Amino acid sequence: MNRIEQKFKELKKQNQKAFIVFITAGYPSLDITYKLILEFSKVGVDIIELGVPFSDPMADGPIIQESSQAALKNKINITHILNLVKRVRDKTRIPICLMTYYNPIFCFGEKRFIEAASVCGVDGVIIPDLPPEEGDSLIKLSRRHHLDVVCFISPTTSIERMKKICAIARGFIYYVTFTGVTGPRQNLPSDLAGNLRAIKKHTRKPVCVGFGVSDSRQVRQIYKIADGVIVGSAIVKKIKDNIGNPDLVQRVVNFVKKLKEC
Amino acid sequence: MQKRRIIAETGAGQHGVATATVAAMFGLECDIYMGEEDMRRQRLNVFRMKLLGARVIPVKSGSQTLKDATTEALRDWVSNVRTTHYIIGSVVGPHPYPMMVRDFQSVIGREARRQILKKEKRLPDYLVACVGGGSNAMGLFYPFFKDKKVKFIGVEAGGLGFSSGKHAATLVEGSVGVLHGSKSGLLEDKFGQVKIAHSIAAGLDYPGVGPEHAYYKKIGRANYVAVDDQQALEGLRLLSEIEGIIPALEPAHAIFYLKKLKDKINKNSIIIVCLSGRGDKDTDIVAEKLRL
Repeated sequence: MNRIEQKFKELKKQNQKAFIVFITAGYPSLDITYKLILEFSKVGVDIIELGVPFSDPMADGPIIQESSQAALKNKINITHILNLVKRVRDKTRIPICLMTYYNPIFCFGEKRFIEAASVCGVDGVIIPDLPPEEGDSLIKLSRRHHLDVVCFISPTTSIERMKKICAIARGFIYYVTFTGVTGPRQNLPSDLAGNLRAIKKHTRKPVCVGFGVSDSRQVRQIYKIADGVIVGSAIVKKIKDNIGNPDLVQRVVNFVKKLKEC
Repeated sequence: MQKRRIIAETGAGQHGVATATVAAMFGLECDIYMGEEDMRRQRLNVFRMKLLGARVIPVKSGSQTLKDATTEALRDWVSNVRTTHYIIGSVVGPHPYPMMVRDFQSVIGREARRQILKKEKRLPDYLVACVGGGSNAMGLFYPFFKDKKVKFIGVEAGGLGFSSGKHAATLVEGSVGVLHGSKSGLLEDKFGQVKIAHSIAAGLDYPGVGPEHAYYKKIGRANYVAVDDQQALEGLRLLSEIEGIIPALEPAHAIFYLKKLKDKINKNSIIIVCLSGRGDKDTDIVAEKLRL
């Protein structure tokens, strides 16, 4: 059983929901990312998603796009991020997923990537532009190395496809709130509860909701109907607003604490 | 599909104008994504699109050219998929786009094949076309695929030369990667970050290429070569002065390549060159570069 599965088991026992945080690795620096991961795990964040910066992040809105660009300017690459996870593993057991577009994995080599990720202590991968239909080899490799490939379901996923995805999904299912890209939204869509119910009919795996979540009201809403919530852009924005500030880590962690303890 | 809005990306603006035209005819809302740099160098087409009632949305990210316009159009599409259809301008993107666009464009090759057989009573020796995303080339090549003796030459943009790193010769100088929903040739660094392409021709300025071209290269059905900015300008002059046709900068690359073919052909050889776009859109750039 890997750390993600274990985490959801523990949460279920305590009747708790997962609070999952996304940050772009290397934004504004690998050192800050390292500190943030440790502090997040201390305040009870359940899972960390580390974004691997990419030149053409199709699924991302301006906030994450900008963070990716900045990390790339600092020449951050997959090797740096894998090493970061390795270092951080000495100090924390928090489940860590790498969120990346497919091309960086393809160029690294699927086998080489999965093996290295596994050795460094990565627990899962989330790849927005790899449809499961194209993911056969990666999924097989990841199973062999006990890494979870987290799959997406969106409001436009057909029932047939949803069933297929539920069958191959591991770790948790990432439900995307909106048809759209990442970025904070004022309100969650009205069809959210209904769509989640429909997914739950086809799977017992945990379903976590992400994209657009930026305040405690939304987190509360999601806690009522899903197994977890994923917050990304709102946190990356907090990082951006505090760049240059010596208290950056503390401020971002406080923000995350407030969201989590809604 | 009951959609009232269409979007498209455009580099040189030709596809944008075509999309705006059809939107005007059918009363659809139309938004065209275009890199800011491309808007600057293809002003005539920007004007045309606006005149036709489309909104031209400037894309400021990345190199501000075709790749960035495509990424932004994809973002719009996933956000508005219920009301919006995305008409991709080349044989790129997620399946079934490369196939669809090839099928639509192959009117070029079908008509060319019919006409050349009628006129010359035989098939051509060479087909030459410029390759950015690759739609005009695939349109010309595809209907001749089974005619094994017909050689295909795709001409990519050599930009400022390979050593400068500023070019768009994806199949000649690039590797394999996944961008915009397909696995194909890609100009990328060793970490898979997409490189910024460059060409004097906005329509060739793309670091990717249609997957079917990558396939043709792999199986040896087509050869891909590169022609640089200066050579393209020479090609443009050549066709203007010899035939009285002012080509766009994109196919000017293909025209120039005919000079290289000189040693492989004789006066009985038949070569078909595809002239994509039109030269009036490039008069500003060309006038500046040629100091006429």
